[in-house]
Amino acid sequence: MNYGIVSQEQLEQIDTILSDKLIKLGVDCVIIIDMAGNIITAKDNGESKYDVYSFAALAAGNFATVDAMAKLVGEAEFSLLFHKGQDSNIHFSKVDDELLLISMFGKDISLGFLRLNVVEAIEQIRKVWGSNER
Amino acid sequence: MALSFINLKEKVVQVKIVYYGPGRCGKTTNLEYVNRKFRSQIQSEMVSLKTHGDRTLFFDFLPFDMGQIKGYDIKIQLYTVPGQVKYNATRKLVLKGVDGVVFVADAMEKQREKNIRSLNQLHENLLAYKESIFKLPLVIQYNKVDLKDHGVPVLPTSVLRNDLNSRLKVPDFEASAITGYNVAATLKKIISSTVVSIQKKLL
Repeated sequence: MNYGIVSQEQLEQIDTILSDKLIKLGVDCVIIIDMAGNIITAKDNGESKYDVYSFAALAAGNFATVDAMAKLVGEAEFSLLFHKGQDSNIHFSKVDDELLLISMFGKDISLGFLRLNVVEAIEQIRKVWGSNER
Repeated sequence: MALSFINLKEKVVQVKIVYYGPGRCGKTTNLEYVNRKFRSQIQSEMVSLKTHGDRTLFFDFLPFDMGQIKGYDIKIQLYTVPGQVKYNATRKLVLKGVDGVVFVADAMEKQREKNIRSLNQLHENLLAYKESIFKLPLVIQYNKVDLKDHGVPVLPTSVLRNDLNSRLKVPDFEASAITGYNVAATLKKIISSTVVSIQKKLL
């Protein structure tokens, strides 16, 4: 199977991981995008109404910029980013070279707890996504 | 390999089209016209990352709904690149995963060299992603043809074509992004070339 196409089964598995690990925790919205700015999948708590397509384009650009900055200071990569706001926060974490997981959450969730769950979710997603490349 | 992202579960195809060209050639103006003219097909606001001087700093982004083809929702994502010479690193980033390119040339006589240099750089930037300018869906637009009515020296289309399209031989249009002349024609052409090319990749 070519990169760029995920099977329905894979997507359902990924959606389940996102729901179990992040939405149940209280995350408002979680998106997986590729580095070109395409949305792989988006899940929310049913209340948030974000413009996920524009968000994905900007997030990919943001991450690419930070990646270029990493190279300038001699780092291979900065694999995660965190933006803190008054009421909402955004956490970005690399799944692999092509995928990025973005979580948007309010002030009720601690960053540490979120990060633990993001790490677990990413491990599981890698397994599902990895079956793509065989 | 670039391949537009296809979601088999929700039957959505995301297509990335980039407007490329030298500084101040009218890439953003093209998108602004599309944004006004096709408002009903656009669900969100156009995103523009600009400098204080109103020049594009990173990109403009405009998502555009095409309706359905063979049961799939086609979501066209229009991007521009920053045209200024110093921003090539950013131009390269925006080209990642591109499915189709509109090269916007500036028809003003004094911009002749800049068009050629920009097209050459597009070629090099695509090579960095193992894409070929000869294979990727491409449409060339000779923008600002309206300026000749205002006494500004403009290159004849035959000269522009010879400079930019003699080897590529892709569809090209005279246009005026500011008045809207051939903006939609350019967009329709690149969308149809890109969708056809994606269908071929899938078969």
